[in-house]
Amino acid sequence: MKIDHSSTIKKLAKLGEEVLEQLEKKKNPEIDVRLRSLNNVYFDEKDRLIRLGNKVQKRSFFNLNQSKKFMQTMLIASLCKELLEQDKPPLSIRQIYYALKRTLPNSNENTFDAQKETDPLIEDIEVIIDALREELNLIATPKGVIAGPLTIRDKTSGDDINLAKMGSAGYSVPAIVEKNTIDFKHCSADYVLVIEKYAMWNIFNRLKFWDKNNCIIITGKGQPARAERRLLQRIHDELKLPVYVMMDMDAYGYYIYSVYKQGSINLAYFSEKCAVPDAKFLGLKVSDYENFSVPKTALIKATKSDMKRLDEIKKYDWFKTKEWQKELKDLKNFGYKIELDSMVTKGVDFAVKNYVPTKIENKDWLD
Amino acid sequence: MASIAEELAKKQRDISIAEFFEKNRHLLGFDSKRKSILTAVKEGVDNGLDACEEARIPAEITVTIKQAGTDRYRVIIQDNGPGIMKKQIPKIFAKLLYGSKFHALIQSRGQQGIGITAAGLYSQLTTGKPTVVTTKTGPNRPAHRVELKLDILKNEPQIIKEEIDLDFRLPHGTKVEMEMEAQFVSKGSSSIYEYLRRTSIVNPSAQIIFNDPTPSKFIFNRTTNKLPKMPKEIKPHPYGIELGIFMRMLKTTSKKTIQSFLTGEFSRVGSTTAKRVLKKVELHNATRPYTLTREQAEKLIKTLQTEKLMVPPLDCLSPIGANSLEASMKTELSAELVVTVTRPASVYRGMPFQIEAGIAFGGNLKSEGQAEIMRFANRVPLLYEKSACAITRSIGEIDWRRYGLSQTGGRGVPYGPLTVAVHMASVWVPFTSESKAAIASYPIIVKEIKLALQECARHLRNYLKRQYRRQRDQARIDAFTRYSKELAGAIADLTRGNKEKIAELIEESLVKNTKAMIKVKEGEQ
Repeated sequence: MKIDHSSTIKKLAKLGEEVLEQLEKKKNPEIDVRLRSLNNVYFDEKDRLIRLGNKVQKRSFFNLNQSKKFMQTMLIASLCKELLEQDKPPLSIRQIYYALKRTLPNSNENTFDAQKETDPLIEDIEVIIDALREELNLIATPKGVIAGPLTIRDKTSGDDINLAKMGSAGYSVPAIVEKNTIDFKHCSADYVLVIEKYAMWNIFNRLKFWDKNNCIIITGKGQPARAERRLLQRIHDELKLPVYVMMDMDAYGYYIYSVYKQGSINLAYFSEKCAVPDAKFLGLKVSDYENFSVPKTALIKATKSDMKRLDEIKKYDWFKTKEWQKELKDLKNFGYKIELDSMVTKGVDFAVKNYVPTKIENKDWLD
Repeated sequence: MASIAEELAKKQRDISIAEFFEKNRHLLGFDSKRKSILTAVKEGVDNGLDACEEARIPAEITVTIKQAGTDRYRVIIQDNGPGIMKKQIPKIFAKLLYGSKFHALIQSRGQQGIGITAAGLYSQLTTGKPTVVTTKTGPNRPAHRVELKLDILKNEPQIIKEEIDLDFRLPHGTKVEMEMEAQFVSKGSSSIYEYLRRTSIVNPSAQIIFNDPTPSKFIFNRTTNKLPKMPKEIKPHPYGIELGIFMRMLKTTSKKTIQSFLTGEFSRVGSTTAKRVLKKVELHNATRPYTLTREQAEKLIKTLQTEKLMVPPLDCLSPIGANSLEASMKTELSAELVVTVTRPASVYRGMPFQIEAGIAFGGNLKSEGQAEIMRFANRVPLLYEKSACAITRSIGEIDWRRYGLSQTGGRGVPYGPLTVAVHMASVWVPFTSESKAAIASYPIIVKEIKLALQECARHLRNYLKRQYRRQRDQARIDAFTRYSKELAGAIADLTRGNKEKIAELIEESLVKNTKAMIKVKEGEQ
């Protein structure tokens, strides 16, 4: 099956035409690049998303500090267009670096000297032409797995894949989950449960939690890659499924939840395409310790860095709701953290049979 | 008892100056075989240049060195000066301390009247051969050829042979030949070649030809036809007079009264000042100068030195001139940039002096190692005792890093393709020793040298900045050109356009967008 890349190809061609137009007018060719630095990132309260602001930096060719970057940007854009036109398999951002690295004629200067030169320019192009990296046919390595009553069609092969029949391994989230690549064929799930770590997801899968509770379970194995977040958003938006998130009870777990929900600072321009502002934080919450009689042996003393991180996230605009400020304050006062894995102290199937169903039934979550 | 005194008296006798020299020749620059031949050439060339200058003739000096045996060379120095009267020849060339300059305060190359005779003496001591002088005073006059020796005990010349030389071709001039034990080095900081090269730099109106024993011929060309202004003789200024000299002047003066002695024998002492000072030291204005006691003389000169006196006349000096120095440094050094400065005249201890400096940069100058330093006093290169000299010291005290050069720790001689030349002109150059190789570090002299060098260095810094900017602009254009080719390919791919056509567009855009930059470059040149 051939995948339709035409809209991205058009966007790339337009970028080239704009530069050509300026050249024809004998102008110093320049392109506008939205700044991706922290001071151009803000929290959109209305849409509850971390967004990129409108600060723009001009990158012009006849400016020695920008000239090489300008050329490099165009090299990446033209390679992406070529790969899309030929419908080649997607390349990783490291492979892009190798594909473009060469020595400029009559010099000892290379087009690129390190991957750290290509990486930010790829993100620049995403912003300049408003296309995701995945649409440019470039991939980050995904690591997530998913299972549940959802059938998808993979357009690269034309296969229909039932995620309820993926055995103990589950279905590996593909690197590209855009509409032109992955389609949802059929879904009977009622909600999606996001589990921070693979070990706990594994118990939920082996005990067929998704079958008994008619839901989809997914893990990003810690900090999620782009594909898991993008897939989660598509499931939520297109299949209208609520999303519940289950994380370790510490600053890092809470922050990962916020990445699923509002997006991240680094990929602020990507939030709109990957965040799920409706996602609910199921736990672990400080109140769970008493409500579920978690034994003391499950507690780990919070370290200095845990406390520091806690103070940091407390200041993020997206954690500034009354409930969250209270939760973060309680966690600080509690002085311990609890990992999801520690729930096995109450029995291997405690989380599956007791904790999650109880929490959902009682709507005991944070927004 | 008397007999002992008589015995001693028999042994006591005048020590002739020549005998003294024989034992102390290192004082005059004849301490090694290598240095001796250089000193001989130096004395001969100095004499030739002086003679031409006095006669207002553009100098043409030929130095020829021929090997005459193992460690033995014949030195022949010929000038186109006015020639020498026959009867003067023996005294000039074979009597030590014969000269007109010793008592005069005038900017001149030699000061003591020892030079050429000492060279002859050295030749005589090492080879036993006479000095041969051939001289002609005009086109229609005969050229006299005289072979001379010095009677060491009597300090008197001895004529060995005298004849008319029919082969002497110049219309006028003098040729001196002597043979000596020597070691010849062809290049290097204390070679004859280097000495002549440097002499040529500070004597732009002179043409110097050097035939070395290898044999090779080197010509150091004249870079100007303008002859240097003749320096004027001045009377000593009281600030620079020491008691001994003052007392000798008191004894030898022709002035009849102490007042006329003060006003007549010194610079800047008028009758008002003289009367005031004499009153202070309680001496009658009409006192005969030779009657003063040592105590009176000391009191008088000390009091005179505390008076506020005008500085001596400064127009007595003859600097090379910044333009002439620049022209000759340019010719001789093939540098990329030469900047020169002539400071206004100044005074140390009552002696007028003037500093000139030049800095040459880049071009053919060697780029590794420290800068080459060229030191000059009254148009004579100084080749020895570099580290004892006020010039070297002044160079070392400047922080050259401020002027875009590298230097270890902001002190010492800077590094890079650089030649630093400093010339001191003075009626009396304060050398640190008799061998006249290093200038003494009077604070005012060091200050003047530094000011001159810093002014040159500022020009150099501006030049280096411009050059840096120019290189940067070129690097910029090169980079744009390099990237343009890649960019053309990328845009052609993105737009399915023609790569060559797009490359042309970028090229045109490059020209237009860098025009401002190129304009600046042209403006600089």
